Amino acid sequence: MLRILCPYCGTRDEPEFIFGGPSDIARPKPDANDAAWTSYLFNRKNPAGTHLERWLHLHGCGRWFNVARDTVTHEILQTFPVGLRLADSIKA
Amino acid sequence: MGFSCGNVRTRGYSLWRLLKAASRGNRDWGPAWRDARPKSGYEVAIIGGGGHGLAAAYYLAKKHGIRNVAVLERGWIGGGNSGRNTQVVRSNYFYPASSSFYDHSLKLYEGLGRELNFNVMLSQRGVLNLGHSEHEMELLRRWCNAIRMNGIDSELVNREEIKGLAPPLNLDGRYPVLGGFIQRRAGICRHDAVVWGYARAASALGVHIVQNCEVTGFKISGDHVRGVETSLGSIAANKVVMSVAGYSSELARLAGLTLPITTMALQAMVTEPVKPALNTMVISGLVHAYVSQSDRGEIVIGGGADVYNSYAQRGGFPQIRDVVRAVVELFPSFSRLKLMRQWAGRVDITPDTSPLMGLTPIEGLFINCGWGTGGFKAIPAGGHTMAHTVATGTAHPLIAGFALDRFRTGALIDEGAAAGVAH
Repeated sequence: MLRILCPYCGTRDEPEFIFGGPSDIARPKPDANDAAWTSYLFNRKNPAGTHLERWLHLHGCGRWFNVARDTVTHEILQTFPVGLRLADSIKA
Repeated sequence: MGFSCGNVRTRGYSLWRLLKAASRGNRDWGPAWRDARPKSGYEVAIIGGGGHGLAAAYYLAKKHGIRNVAVLERGWIGGGNSGRNTQVVRSNYFYPASSSFYDHSLKLYEGLGRELNFNVMLSQRGVLNLGHSEHEMELLRRWCNAIRMNGIDSELVNREEIKGLAPPLNLDGRYPVLGGFIQRRAGICRHDAVVWGYARAASALGVHIVQNCEVTGFKISGDHVRGVETSLGSIAANKVVMSVAGYSSELARLAGLTLPITTMALQAMVTEPVKPALNTMVISGLVHAYVSQSDRGEIVIGGGADVYNSYAQRGGFPQIRDVVRAVVELFPSFSRLKLMRQWAGRVDITPDTSPLMGLTPIEGLFINCGWGTGGFKAIPAGGHTMAHTVATGTAHPLIAGFALDRFRTGALIDEGAAAGVAH
């Protein structure tokens, strides 16, 4: 069971949240080539280690936020509101 | 059948040999396959000693005469998803590309015990998919018809027939069962036997199976792979196959490739063993659980993946609770059973839940991954078609549609959307 710190509501149990995939991908410009669009739409870093991702506090405040989590230990390294920066101490 | 390779002589298994060995107190059974030390080079190096890697090695040696092959396994053979699945074999897919591939696999399973001279304990007990509403029944009819149009056995069954097929099933629970469809040729098959059968047969043909050998890098010159760096030293090979399931992204990164793969944990669990109660594999897509009874009597239970990136090989409790809740709703009598073991595998899920098979942008480097939650049933055909692809340099026709390039062209094979859960 993950215990996730929602930046707005505090620490809650995993079933209150929905996973929203990686957060560190940028949408290419409309005239970008096929390779850039393929990469954006489908290719994923999928690291064994620190993963930057989005979660939705569905059964709580209903807001999206960012999480840095280790995919091997499941340790949550940092949670922070969308728009703020990852702590410099976390390498991803 | 009798052949020798290196220092291990592999003799055929037979009733005669069983009796002879028993009469001597079973003291002279030799190792089934040779645990090899790696040479400095091979014609083909296969990374990953799971079912897929070992099957590819076997068919390379058997069908294509390429015996200078190494299977490099980081841990022990069959210690990953090949030993962590729920043993289901079936070919009830929706799209022709999937149907033809998975039915080829099921047909190979049907002859595998004889082919490998190893009892893989195939039990074609039927896989029954349940429908819980009129709308779901409409979709099941469409799916069942598609399977039949693809030339594969499948039949709709009503409530009365389901009562006969699965006596302990509760048809009038929270989500009543209105009907379903069954593929009678589908069933379960002993997973460790499949791994060991392929390992033994490949080893007898001269394939080197190297355990505790982690690949740490690739040797690439120009656009061509020249070998791999491993924890046991450098190994040259002009053809390299990546067959490492949930670890594919990390391995491909070493070759400079990024894959459309997300790795998640998929759990399964078994109860304490009980007397025979369920002779059919039962799947419910709606409550997302599937159940069978093993030959040992355990009730084998599976469900959905833990839906977030994970390399941990262990699942979370919320998913266990959801799956068990669904199972005791379907089979109230199972609520008295104790769960004995629970485990998880690292599954490699693609955006369209179809596999990634074939060539890569690097010459001589091949990929076999993306099996997601259903790689076990694909082992014979995965190995067979990958061996063809490696030997000839062009993708086998059965896997042409599963190429990496489909994510650029948009020709996805969206089985996840078409055929629901449990791939």
